[in-house]
Amino acid sequence: MIDTLRLTAEEATGMLERGDVTAAELHRAYLDAVADRDPEIHAYLRTVEEGADEAVGVPIALKDLISTKGVETTAASKILAGYRPVYDATVAERCKQAGLGLLGKTNMDEFAMGSSTENSAFGPTRNPWDPTRVPGGSSGGSTAAVAAGLAPWALGSDTGGSIKQPAALCGVVGLRPTYGTVSRYGIVAFASSLDQIGPVTKTVRDCARLYEIIAGRDPADSTTVELPEPVQLPEAEDLKGLRIGVPKELNEADGIEPGVNEQVQKALDLARELGAEVGECRLPRSVEFGLPCYYLIAPSEASSNLARYDGVRYGLRTGNGDVRAMYDHTRNDGFGDEPKRRIMLGTYALSAGYYEAFYGQAQKVRTMIRDEHTAAFEQFDVLVSPTSPTVAFELGARTDNPLAMYAADLLTIPSNLAGLPGLSIPCGLSEGLPVGLQLIGRQFSENVLFRAGHALERALEFDFVPERYR
Amino acid sequence: MAISRDEVLHVARLARLALSEEELARFSEQLSAILDAVGKVAELDLSGVEPTAHPLDLVNVWAEDEPKPSLSVDEALANAPDRDGDSFRVPAA
Repeated sequence: MIDTLRLTAEEATGMLERGDVTAAELHRAYLDAVADRDPEIHAYLRTVEEGADEAVGVPIALKDLISTKGVETTAASKILAGYRPVYDATVAERCKQAGLGLLGKTNMDEFAMGSSTENSAFGPTRNPWDPTRVPGGSSGGSTAAVAAGLAPWALGSDTGGSIKQPAALCGVVGLRPTYGTVSRYGIVAFASSLDQIGPVTKTVRDCARLYEIIAGRDPADSTTVELPEPVQLPEAEDLKGLRIGVPKELNEADGIEPGVNEQVQKALDLARELGAEVGECRLPRSVEFGLPCYYLIAPSEASSNLARYDGVRYGLRTGNGDVRAMYDHTRNDGFGDEPKRRIMLGTYALSAGYYEAFYGQAQKVRTMIRDEHTAAFEQFDVLVSPTSPTVAFELGARTDNPLAMYAADLLTIPSNLAGLPGLSIPCGLSEGLPVGLQLIGRQFSENVLFRAGHALERALEFDFVPERYR
Repeated sequence: MAISRDEVLHVARLARLALSEEELARFSEQLSAILDAVGKVAELDLSGVEPTAHPLDLVNVWAEDEPKPSLSVDEALANAPDRDGDSFRVPAA
C-alpha cells in the first residue's frame, strides 16, 4: 500500500531503487488518489495514463502552461482549448530524460494571471486544507496536487509570486529560482522579464532534487545561464554562521495577519536556536513601490506576449466578416476578464504619451528595488518574511476586486522584480491553515536557501498532510 | 486617475478586443482604480536612475548561424483553425 499523502519524492526514489515498487505502480497509485480526492479539489485539468510503463522515476505533475508534446496544453484559457503542442518544453523534456512520467496537467489562473486559481476558464481549484478556501495561485493546481497527495512533486511558474504564494497557502515547499537558471522554452509566456519555472514539493530536499533536474543553460532560451555551482542536497541541521536579515517593511506591512506574524516569529526564534545570527534590516521603498511597479511592468509585457493569440495559427477562432472582426471577436471570446484587464492596462501604459510616465518610470523603480536588495545582502545571507500576508482566503472573497487580489503578492513581488530566488516553506498553522515562510537569497544562492530551508524544516516539524486527511 | 469609456474603447481597439457595452462600463471602473494605484510610481524622483529591463547582467548572447532540424509543415499546421494545403487560411482583409 502506497500512502501518497505522506510519500516524499525522495522516499519514492528509494522504493524504486530497492525494487519495492515500479514506476508504473507509483503512477497508478497517484491516479487512484486523483480519482478519490480530485473530484473535490480539482487540482488537475487532465491526467495522463500513457507513458507510465516506460517511466523509471518518480512521476510528476506539470502546470498547464508547460508545453507537453501531444498532451493538451491550455494555460487554463478557452483561447487554447484543444491545443496540442507538437514539441515538449525544455523542462518537460528534462523531466522525461530523468525518467519522470507525466501524471497530468494542473489547473492555474488563466495565463498565470491571478493569486487564487479562480481565474481558470475551467473552474477553480480548492484548498486541500479547507475546500471552501482558495489554494492561492496562479500555480494553485500544482500546490494543491502535492498537498493532497495527488502528485509527489510538480512544476509551477512564478511571475509575481505564483509558486511561493500558493505553496504557502497549501502548506508545501515552493521555489522561485533565480531569473535565468531554468529554461522557458515551450512555456506559455506571460511577462518575460519575470516568468520563472520552479519546483513544488513536500520537502526542501525534494525541491533541491527537482531543481537539479530542470536547471541549467538551454541553447533554445537565450536568457538562461549555466549554474555557477552544482546543486547541493542539504544535509546540515544547524544554521551556524548564517546571517538572517528581517526586513522591517516586509514583516510589518499593512494587511499581515497577527496569526501569520506569530508563526514567522516562532520560526525566527528557532533559527536563532539553530545558530543563525538574526538582525533587522530595511528595504525602505521596495514594498511600498513594488506592487505598483509590478502592475505596470507585468501587464505591459503581457499585452505584447498575448498579441500572438489571433485565431490564425492555433487556438480558438470566432467572428464573422473580415480578418479584423475575426481577431477582435476571437480575442474577446477567448480571453477571460483578468487577461483582458491586463492586456488593456499594458496597452495603455505602453501607448503614445504614457510610455515614459508609466513603463519607463516603472523600470527605474525596478532599479531602485534591485539596489535596495543589494544593499541588504551586504550584511545578510538570507532575508526572511511571511510569504503571504494572510492564510488561504475564501473562494469568491476577492474576485470582484482586482486590487484586493493583487495585494496577495505584496511580499513576494519585490524580490521577484530584483530577479532573486525565493523559497517558501510551511512554518506552522494559523486558524488551522498553513503559514508560509519566505526565504530570499542573492542571485544564484539556491544552495544557501536549500540549506536554511532544510534546517528550519527539520526543526519546525510541520506535518504537511492536511489535517482532514489524517 | 479616471479613464473614460472612450479611452477604454480606444485601448480595446488597439488591443484587438471586441468588448461588449457591459464590459466597457465594468473595465472603465476597474482600470481607473488600478491606474490610481499604479500611478504611485510617479511620486518618485528617479531622474538619473538607469531603467532595468531584465534582472541579469546578460548582453549579446550569440549563437552560430547553423541550420538545424525544425518543425515540418504538417506539424506547424497541426493546430490551425483553418488550413488550405500548406497555408493558414484567414478571412479576407
